[in-house]
Amino acid sequence: MTPVLRKLAPVILIVSVFVFWELFCILAGISELVLPRPTRILAAFLEYKAAIWPHAQQTLYTTLVGFTFGVAIGLSLGVLIGSSKLAYDTAYPLLVGISSIPKVAVVPIFVLWFGAGTVPAILTAMIICIFPIVVNVSTGIATVEPELEDVMRSLKASRWEILWNVGLPRSMPYFFASLKGAITLSFVGSVIAETVASNKGVGNMMLIASSSFNVPLVFSGLMILAVMGISLYAIFSVIERRMVGWALRKQ
Amino acid sequence: MSDARFVELDKVGVTFGQAAEQTEALQPTSLTIAKGDFLALVGPSGCGKSTILKLISELLTPTTGNIFFGGRELGANPVRVGMAFQSASLLPWMSVRDNIMLPLKIVPPFKAGFSAKKSGEYRERADALLEQVGLEDFADKSPWQLSGGMMQRANLCRALIHDPDLLLLDEPFGALDQFTHEELWQTLQDLWLDRKSTVILVTHDLREAAYLANRICVMSPRPGRIVDDRTVPFARPRPIDITFEQEFVTLVQRLRSLIVHAPKSKKVAAA
Repeated sequence: MTPVLRKLAPVILIVSVFVFWELFCILAGISELVLPRPTRILAAFLEYKAAIWPHAQQTLYTTLVGFTFGVAIGLSLGVLIGSSKLAYDTAYPLLVGISSIPKVAVVPIFVLWFGAGTVPAILTAMIICIFPIVVNVSTGIATVEPELEDVMRSLKASRWEILWNVGLPRSMPYFFASLKGAITLSFVGSVIAETVASNKGVGNMMLIASSSFNVPLVFSGLMILAVMGISLYAIFSVIERRMVGWALRKQ
Repeated sequence: MSDARFVELDKVGVTFGQAAEQTEALQPTSLTIAKGDFLALVGPSGCGKSTILKLISELLTPTTGNIFFGGRELGANPVRVGMAFQSASLLPWMSVRDNIMLPLKIVPPFKAGFSAKKSGEYRERADALLEQVGLEDFADKSPWQLSGGMMQRANLCRALIHDPDLLLLDEPFGALDQFTHEELWQTLQDLWLDRKSTVILVTHDLREAAYLANRICVMSPRPGRIVDDRTVPFARPRPIDITFEQEFVTLVQRLRSLIVHAPKSKKVAAA
């Protein structure tokens, strides 16, 4: 494959999926209520553009705020757990326990505490992305080569100096890799919360659209989520490459 | 304080583990190292050579006995130590020069002026060292762009940049090929002749010990103790061809037989 073709390959795949989808719906005569064609979804999007926009904004807002808190908490916990064997052994079972709770199950609790709307969406987006960040950052810090640690300790470096000069930079590739996964998880979190208890957001919009059998609009909602997810993933990939390009051994 | 007793181990022993599962790593050992000396510790693997280095660098505390540095007990005044291991462990996110400057960021009194001097005085200091080991063209490169031998040169620079009182080398060339070995022996000899720092080299390579050291201590199998202590008579600087001369070969053979036929430690023999 030529380099140009290689770069275009993902685009070609996505376009072909849509073309296949369109043709399949036409040839098989599938009802719009079951699976609308991509062109119908696009038409619905254009038709409801003005109405969709505030919902998309809301979802992006709750996702990013929840994600930001999640990153802050995940990074701090990861550093704490990664730099102390005792903290690691003590906190890990609890974290695994919390992370295995399906997040949809905690939304009603958040609603009970804070009422329906923005806050539960932010909190769900937050807790869903903490765990992968904690795991990655703590692994990066806990796996500093013992010889390197000996070099630092022989220089009488304090724990803090070892963490700052070696542990943290070393865990950054793990951290940025986890961010790409965490941002998509945050979307899942906020949309779940919006679907369960909210009057705003893409999740809520899809719920209302499906109850009025406006299936093309439901699918427009899915597309918006996919586009936002891909965009943020791409943004974090770029940041990752700029920040920790050394881990990929590229100049 | 006398320079003859720069570093002194007084009946220092190390035992790992608790109660019934105790293993003795180092039998009570006494050793005195003069300032500016170049000592090599050789012996079979697991004999406690590296343990001695870890004791002197305070990475490990002795179970019994005392260590003195400059006449005072270790810990009373911090010993400035430079250490290099078999794996160069350079930090991949920094340039070679920044890697070498790392100790200046941590060791007093250098650390106080680090942010002010890192692009001036300290940078020149690093570049001068890099030039001495022939890496002047690689200062801005990343560590992974270096060959194994070059990484070890950089590793030596990092161990020396903060003018350590003691240079501790734990099989620094163990993972390299024979030709690179010999190149680095010469580099290390030049650095030592230039700086006259006190060096303790742990190695299993007897030719390396004989070529580099002023004094060689041979250790017995685990739990280790020093079974032979001899000075190396060859004049400096030593050309690499010296390793083919009869006197050198005899010394290496003598060291070899000391290790191979070392009397088993009492406790091991009894077991």
